[in-house]
Amino acid sequence: MKMKRFVKVIALALALVLVLASAAAADGFRTLDEVKESGKIVIGLFHDKKPFGYVDENGEYQGYDVYLARRLAEDLGVELEIVAVDAPNRIEFLQSFKVDVILANFTYTEERAEQVDFAKPYMKVALGVVSPENALITEAEQLNGKKLIVSKGTTAETYFEKNYPDVQLVKYDSYTDAYLGLLDGRGDGLSTDNTEVLAWAIENPGFAVGIDSLGDLDTINPAVSKGNETLLAWINEEIVKLGEENFFHADYEATLRETYGEDADADALVVEGGEI
Amino acid sequence: MQDLGISVLFRGINFQRLLLGLWVTLRIALITIGISAVLGLLFGLAMMSRSRAARAVCRIWLEIIRFMPQLVLLYLVYFGFARLFGWNLDGETSAVLVFSFWGTAEMGDLFRGALTSIPRHQRESAAALGLTRAQINRYILLPQTVRRLVPQAINLSTRIIKTTALVKMINVTEVLKVGQQIIGQFYREPSAAFWVYATVFLLYFLICWPISLLAGRLEILWEGNHH
Repeated sequence: MKMKRFVKVIALALALVLVLASAAAADGFRTLDEVKESGKIVIGLFHDKKPFGYVDENGEYQGYDVYLARRLAEDLGVELEIVAVDAPNRIEFLQSFKVDVILANFTYTEERAEQVDFAKPYMKVALGVVSPENALITEAEQLNGKKLIVSKGTTAETYFEKNYPDVQLVKYDSYTDAYLGLLDGRGDGLSTDNTEVLAWAIENPGFAVGIDSLGDLDTINPAVSKGNETLLAWINEEIVKLGEENFFHADYEATLRETYGEDADADALVVEGGEI
Repeated sequence: MQDLGISVLFRGINFQRLLLGLWVTLRIALITIGISAVLGLLFGLAMMSRSRAARAVCRIWLEIIRFMPQLVLLYLVYFGFARLFGWNLDGETSAVLVFSFWGTAEMGDLFRGALTSIPRHQRESAAALGLTRAQINRYILLPQTVRRLVPQAINLSTRIIKTTALVKMINVTEVLKVGQQIIGQFYREPSAAFWVYATVFLLYFLICWPISLLAGRLEILWEGNHH
């Protein structure tokens, strides 16, 4: 008897919570006007991924994504509130409306596009090939019959298997081992994301990136909560407008140049005005 | 560059940032421990109550915190509540809620364990000697319960301090997260990670070690009193 009454009480309490909850919920994302009215925009950024989003030794956020975030806030005429996000929970922050925008080097994929709305791209990533300077590989065709080092499970592995079956692939389990393999001369070149090989070549004299953009382009785009059309439209307009002043090249010079070196071509990474 | 790893700790205000992060860690832990101590006593009493309903609630509560990883609970409160109910709690509040939910149940269970471990005959003998109920509680049960409880409660406290490292996942910049930011910034110096993590380890150690020493001291002290 007592137990039954207890169950009833619990059920009643749960029902009450749900009713209250559904009344309170549904406030969802913040529209462009709500962001403006509140006087601040909340943007999710990486906090430990140099050179895209990181915190410097003075506790200040810096990087390519951060540079853009500051400009967005400035042009909206609002304060910037930064939320530090990590790669696995970026979507979650948008879906729970904890942030208005994610600018954490977020690569566009169709699977993600079902859960969040992507704006126009502001950066692109493709494959790159790094090789010894004295036997530089500048065309993918040069690799036919030669050994190319890749990491297992990467886009580089699938791309070369599919498009260049005559290239002998030397596969490693980790990036670290793959790079060590190249240093030891176990292959004629190494392929992975161009951002990675560009940065690695700077650190390793005697090696250079002969191919800096190969294969299917992945783009990096700002993202907003699914259905937040007003904010999305504003960001898209803003990206086009910023393109007119070559904003993203300035961003590259300020934040990425140091990492990729004087010789790297900014156009291998930068997307201006949302146009690929 | 190898020997420069340790220097990243002292660039700019990095060391202050680590200490500030440690303060966030401590703040969450101390509030949690305070709440858990008070609510834990009530929880313990509820576990021993005659009401089956109260005991059932405690049972379910205790099972939930035993089987649910703390991280899942943190996500549930931080992201889930915002999504389901529109309750947009900040990271620190979510953390205190989750850890107190956990600490209360564990503390309650420890309290119940300590109290029920006192042999029944002590209570009966005291009653036979003519002590009142209040006197039995005050002179017989309370001192022994406290002695058995305190070392375990301190052990729980150090576990709570350590578990706060998880809150970095819900946008709370505590000591470990600051450490990762420093490593992220100096990713080109391979030994930076070692020095930063070693420092974080040392900071945790400096907090937990004295607490653990105190527990050991009390145990020895009270053990001596027995005879």
